[in-house]
This record gives sequence, structure tokens and C-alpha cells, in this order.
Amino acid sequence: MNLLAQQLVNGLFIGSVYGLFAVGYTLVFGVLDILNMAHAAVFTLGGLSAVWLVQSAGMSIWLAFPLATLLAGGLGLLINAAAFAPLRRRADSQFSGLISSIAMAIIFDAAALGLFGARSVRFPPGTVKVHIWQIAGVTITSLQVGIVLVAALLMVVLTLFLQRSRTGKAIRTVAENERAAMLLGVNVSGIIAFTFFISSALGGAAGVLYGLYFDSLAPDMGRAIELKGLAVIVLGGMGSIPGAILGGLAFGLSEVLTVAVSGTSNLRDAVAFTVLFAILLLRPSGLLGRGKLREA
Amino acid sequence: MINFIGINALLALSLNVTLAAGMLSLGNAAFAGIGGYTAGVLTVHLKAPFILSLCGGTLMAGLVGLLLGMPVLRLKGVFLAMATLAFGEVVRIAAVNLDITGGAEGLTGIPNITQTWMIFLALALAAYFLAALRRSRIGWGLVSIREDETAAACLGVDITYYKVVAFTIGAMMAGFAGAMYAHLNYLITPRDFGFFIAVDLLVYNIVGGTRVWCGPILGAALLTALPEILRGIGVAAGPIRLAVNGVVLLLVILFLPNGLASFFTRWRPAAAKAVSSERI
Amino acid sequence: MILSVDNISRSFGGVQALLDVSFDVAPGTIHGLIGPNGAGKTTLINILSGVLPPTGGQVLYQGQALHRLPAHQVAALGVARTFQNIRLFPTMTCLENVQAGQHLTAQRSLMPRLLRLPSVGREDRELEERARDNLVRVGLEDKASQPARGLSYGERRRLEIARALALNPRLLLLDEPVAGMRRGEAAEVADLVRSLAQGGMTILLIEHNMAFVMEICSCITVLNFGRVITTGSPDTVRRHRDVIEAYLGSERADA
Repeated sequence: MNLLAQQLVNGLFIGSVYGLFAVGYTLVFGVLDILNMAHAAVFTLGGLSAVWLVQSAGMSIWLAFPLATLLAGGLGLLINAAAFAPLRRRADSQFSGLISSIAMAIIFDAAALGLFGARSVRFPPGTVKVHIWQIAGVTITSLQVGIVLVAALLMVVLTLFLQRSRTGKAIRTVAENERAAMLLGVNVSGIIAFTFFISSALGGAAGVLYGLYFDSLAPDMGRAIELKGLAVIVLGGMGSIPGAILGGLAFGLSEVLTVAVSGTSNLRDAVAFTVLFAILLLRPSGLLGRGKLREA
Repeated sequence: MINFIGINALLALSLNVTLAAGMLSLGNAAFAGIGGYTAGVLTVHLKAPFILSLCGGTLMAGLVGLLLGMPVLRLKGVFLAMATLAFGEVVRIAAVNLDITGGAEGLTGIPNITQTWMIFLALALAAYFLAALRRSRIGWGLVSIREDETAAACLGVDITYYKVVAFTIGAMMAGFAGAMYAHLNYLITPRDFGFFIAVDLLVYNIVGGTRVWCGPILGAALLTALPEILRGIGVAAGPIRLAVNGVVLLLVILFLPNGLASFFTRWRPAAAKAVSSERI
Repeated sequence: MILSVDNISRSFGGVQALLDVSFDVAPGTIHGLIGPNGAGKTTLINILSGVLPPTGGQVLYQGQALHRLPAHQVAALGVARTFQNIRLFPTMTCLENVQAGQHLTAQRSLMPRLLRLPSVGREDRELEERARDNLVRVGLEDKASQPARGLSYGERRRLEIARALALNPRLLLLDEPVAGMRRGEAAEVADLVRSLAQGGMTILLIEHNMAFVMEICSCITVLNFGRVITTGSPDTVRRHRDVIEAYLGSERADA
């Protein structure tokens, strides 16, 4: 029983990071109907730059984290400016947007490789003071709790922002119907840029949290999470933020349980792809999706 | 390197068949892997002659393609891409975990039978086949599907059947290329057909141009040769090579959406730019 | 009767788009399908062409059940259509659009092409000639090598008709063939449709252009809110009380 509870707790923690990553992914999809294939690269660069800030610039993690997040957001603006905005007028903008975001992903990966080298790095010891608690036979570290809290906070803030604020409503309007939003006087291209900023900032934040959690970051860490992120948003429903959160949690749990049950980590990745595959074939709109499959 | 150009070009062509129908399949690297491993296993474990191994690899890839294609081709656009990506990863994981494929180290001891002339003969035949296919009834049907599926259906094109046919042909071509590759280097590893390769194939097609048969070949040749050229002039591989790939892809999709081959054909950028009026 | 629509119904979730729609189309006639916006006309065409299945009822075409067939099989039976939103093949030229429409009427086999037999050249030339003839019929012969998306709205509608004709259809379903056209252009299309009917083709067309409909249709079915109000000759329909009411509202019903 304790073992199960421990697994559930672990799954919850990693699931919240997945959820955070997926939220950024699904946000762009909801607004633009495009999958930003560079999201994983932003995740990587966010995490790596946080390490750099702590290690080389001697910053405290409490400063490095928001800075890295902002930096990631900036990368999002770059992605939009270079890869999506110029293509919006084209009739095949979905396809070409996909391709150009792949291009940006390749460029960012190259940047990560060039700036940080191929080895994996970790946050210097003592970056975060870790307390370990034992509650009802389950081990929880303060790091884990912190990660969940931060992730939850970001997701709550985002949801409130989208529901209550004026810009948030503008974003939702553009997501519903771009032309109508334009006619209503919404600055559509500005909103889109801002959406990218938020989305990538969240992705970068997820990268930092991921790196803290696993105590290891490498330029190819995006690879691992990319397909998982995809599986999560498909599971939760493309374009649905609550779906991404729930999907992330469900996914984290299933991953952890798979490792626990099978005894090896080999099949862990297989979970992602099997889930993705099954969902796509059985219920493409996902759990909370909008029900309509986007055409190519 | 010339061998790699040939193999990559063949793989790029295999993807072109599905791209011609507007299907964004990223599974061809996996099909190449299936073909390569099957052929390798046939040669190493069953001591089969080269021709038989080639056929075995090709047919196996085709069979898997057929089985995969039928459920998966219902999916549109980005969803198809995801499903085929996921499939590719499943294949890779299987290759890493199965004994018969030699695990993460790969399958070794494959005799080096493939010659350069074989690769380029296959490439020439494949290109010829594709060019003829484009002008045939199937070719017209595939392009109609790409342009507008509903309209194509109302003109009598059996969408599902044609998509499956294109997908299977692409899978077999990729399997064949994989089988040849396996006999080129004494071994074949899971890394040879992973995610990066799948994306690379797409990049070759986009950069070279998907509308003519010479496009994918051009793209493959250019992007395979480029890092070597760069290395020759003293620029290190690794990040630079990657960055160049990305930049080239970005420039092409922004300014020359029909690929470099469009310099030689009538698919000019101006035609693509005119698309904008259609959207509003 | 070449076409028998028999109690066709179609609902989308809670919305009943069509309910018990029934009418017959006589061969070689031009049959109009009119009704206010949202009446379900395009939905009906989608059902007839196999794009959408009905939720009830049946369609008989030349005695054969049509409603359960997928679109490509419907086309193979000789039923061609155009689309309300125009679905041309955007990156192809006008000529190529029509050539693409020859899918069912052209062989274009792969083997002879692989072997480079001389018959291939002959076949291609012949198909190109036929395609050009179709363009001539709709008056677009000098735009043959222009990309389809560069055409004006009216020209695109005409190109779609040319492409549909490449099927050699027996039944042609036209969804708003003259929408957005000037009177002269619409008159030319009217002539074309009349000559097609004279040649034995049956045409079922949706239109909002009343002058056009009244002029060339020998029989008209009126839909409103997914139901048939009446089917009859243009004169009958023109005077029918419910038809006037549907279009103008009940205050003017006794006008």
C-alpha cells in the first residue's frame, strides 16, 4: 500500500511538470491550430540557461528561475516572428508553420549544443535546500513539493488570466475565430505574439523544474519530453488547457506505474507512444478536446 | 559519403510518394529500419542470399506499412504525423529491446555486399518509377487528394485505397533502402533509423521540393553533402551542421516553399505567394 | 425517373437539417432546388453525392440505391457535382484541373508509361484535347495554362463545371453555379446548362438567382427548414402561397 502511495506521489510530481509543458503546447494549438514543434527546444534552453545562470553567474535559483522563464518567453516571440507570423497569410499555413517550427527547433537545438556542449549538466549542489519528509510511510522531498506548487501556481495564474483579464479574453476570442476577433478590434498579431510568449515561458519553466527534479540536463532532453508532451495534449484534448493538466497528471502516473510494475525503465517510453497511438485511433479528440479534428 | 547520398536520396524519394498525396507521414525511417533489420537477420541468421534478403526486407516493410496504413491513414495532417512518429519510436524501442536485433548495440556481422553502383541503379529506377507514377492515373489521383480530398472523392478517386497504396509503396521503397544500408556498413543500429532521421527525410523533401521527382534527390544530396563540405573548409560538425540544416529549412519554407527544385520547374514562388488572396 | 429522393432525413446532433424530403427528377430535365438560406439544400446535395450519409430515407438513381454509397462510387455511377464554396485544385492550372477530373474516364495506366510505349503520347494528347474542349464549353479556353487560383470568382465557378463535365456525367449536381456572376456571364451558363440537357444530361441545381432558375428549370422543388414545401413547374411554384411566405414572411403572404 505504501509502495502504491509512493508511486502515486511520484507520478503526481512528474505529472505536474508534464502538465506544465503540455499547457504551453496546447495553448498555441488552441489559438493557432498549429503545433509548435519548437516547444521542446524552448524547454531545453530554459532549463539549460537556468543552470548557466546559477552556475556561472552565481544567481540564486529564486532569481534564475523567473529569468530563465522570461528568456524562454523571449524565444517564443522569436519563434513567432521568424517562423509563424510570416506564414499566416498562406493557405497552407498549417503545414508550412509546422515545417518552419521544425526548422526553429533544429536551430535552437544547435544553439543548445553549441552553447552548452553535449554533456549533461546539473544544477550545482546546494542550489535548492532539500528537506525530506516522511508522511504516512511515503517519502516526499521539499523539492518535489516546491515543483508541484510552482507548476500549480503557474497553471492557476494562467487559467485565471485567460478567464478574467482583458488580454486573456482577447486570446480566447482569437482562438475561437480569428477573423471575428479582428473585426472586433482585437490586435490579432499582437495577441498571437503574446500567446507565444506565455506558451514558451511555461515551456521554459517546465524545463527548469524538470532539470531540478531529475538533477540532470542535456541538450537532448527535449527529445524525451517532446513526444510525451504530444501524447499528453492528445490525451487531454488538443486546445484544452484543463485537458493538458489532467493529461499530464494521468500520464505521469501511468509512466511511474509502468516502471514500478514492469521493474524496468525500458518500457517507460513505450507508454508514451502506445498511449498516443491508441488515443489517435480511438478517440482523437482526447478526453476534453473540442471534438472536431482539425483538417490538414 | 557518396553511398550515403544515394541511400538518403532513395529514402527521401520513398517519403515523396506519401507527401505527393498530402500525407505527412514520418514513419519512413522506421520502415527503413524494419527493412534493414529484416534483411540483416535473414542474411546473418538464416544465411540467405543477398537478393532474398533484399526482397524480405522490402516485403516486410511493405506488410507493416499496409497494416499500419489502414487504421492510421484516416488521420489528418498533424495527427498522422504524430501517429507515424509514435510508430517510429515503438519500432526503435523494439529494436533496442529484442534479442534478435542485437539490442542497443545493433545487429552486427552483416557482410558488406552493397556497392555504390547498386545504390544508384536503385535510385535511378525509383526516380523513373515515381516520375511515371506521377503521370499515371494513380499519380493524378494522389495529387488531387493533396489539393482537395472532398473534391477528389467526388471525381471518383477512392481516397482510402489510394492513400494506402501510396503509403505502402513508400514503405516498401524505404524498406528496400534500409536493406541496402544494412549491407553497406556491417551493422545496423537503432540509432540509424530514429527520430532525427525521420525528420531529416522530411527536411530533404521540403528543401529539395516535393512536386518533382528530382526535388527529394536534390535535397538529400545537398543536405548530406553540406556538413562534409563544411568540415572540409574547417567548420566543425555538430552544432554548426545542425544549425545550417535548420536555417536552410527555414529559408526554404519562407521564401521558396516549393523547394530548390522549383528553380527548374514552373512551381515558382510567385505562384505560392498568390495563394494569399485565396485565404481572405 | 432518373432520380428518386424518398423521405430523406438528416440530423446533426439536435439539429434536424432535412426531414422527409421527397421528390423525383425526370431524365434529361433541368430541375431546380430553391429555398431560403439554411433550408438544407447543400446538405441534400451532399447526401446525393455521397459525401454525407442520410439519417433516414433512401435515394434511388436509375433504380439503384445511392444513399449508402461513398462519394467515389457515386461518381463512378455518373453523378458529378460542383460545390457551393468552390473546391478547385488551387495549385493546378485550369487545364490540369479538368484533366484531374478525367480520373474516371481516362486509363493512364502505369505499365505503358513505365515502358514508354508510343500509345502513351497518343492517349495524353487525346485527353488534353478533351480537357480543352471542356474548357471551351465554359468559355475558359484561353485561361488553360493559368493557375486556377488566379481566376475571378465567376471564372472559378465555370472551371468547376468544366471539371465536373470531364466525368461525362449523366446526372450533374450544380450548387449555386451562377452565384456572384454578372447577368451576361450567368446567361452563358444558362445556355450551357440548356445545351447539356438537350444532349441528354439531367441537371439538378441549387440557386438563389430566381431569374436564372425560373428561366431554365422545367421543374422546381422548394425547401424550407429542411422540408419540401412543394414541387412543380416554375409557374406553380411562383404562385404557391407557402413559397411566397417562406421567402417574404407572412405579412406579405397575400401579396
